Amino acid sequence: MAVQVQTAGFDPGQCLNALHQADASVGAVVSFVGYMRDFNDGQAVARMFLEHYPGMTEKALLAIEAQARERWPLLHVHILHRVGDLAPGEPIVFVGVSSAHRQAAFSACDFIMDYLKTRAPLWKKEQGAGGAHWVDGRDSDQQAAARW
Amino acid sequence: MIRISYFARYREHLGQSGEQLEWQPSLISIETLRQQLLQRGGAWQVLAESNLMCARNQELVSPAEPLADGDEIAFFPPVTGG
Repeated sequence: MAVQVQTAGFDPGQCLNALHQADASVGAVVSFVGYMRDFNDGQAVARMFLEHYPGMTEKALLAIEAQARERWPLLHVHILHRVGDLAPGEPIVFVGVSSAHRQAAFSACDFIMDYLKTRAPLWKKEQGAGGAHWVDGRDSDQQAAARW
Repeated sequence: MIRISYFARYREHLGQSGEQLEWQPSLISIETLRQQLLQRGGAWQVLAESNLMCARNQELVSPAEPLADGDEIAFFPPVTGG
């Protein structure tokens, strides 16, 4: 479990259930699923390609998990990010966190997504009717990560 | 020897995913390396972007980070995963 970077699709429900199935000390599970949208900035998006830095992506996600574990008492952490070609409606990313009580899981999941969006070497390229373009980083994501 | 990788928009703009450079003691930091690459002119001006990100041996660092022979350096635009 822990960290996965893969081209294959995945079932978020299965990931969610796995976070507590083998551990009866889990009292809370919080998860986030990011999906590919069929529009962005008012433009229809038909396909998406996710480029990454093989090796560093996994290390960056493991480092983010380690930082979350230093801040909150967590039981299980699962970060799964897809790379390669994606179609609208497909899940891109899953972050699931379990803990004894809910507050640690809520905060850690939020923290992990904020850090993932600003520190993991992944880049989205959208393909639409007007051609392909790289998605720009958002200031709002930087501000969200700076909260922690 | 220093290995340099370029990703995403930079990779396309530069027309290459990476290269190897002979180690020179004058390369004291990633910023020094960046300035040397900028001197190539043309497409290389993309590395002058203020929000450029860089990694040394697969860890995010600031441009002030020192360089050493054998390092793996990467330059890339702001990340957009998630």
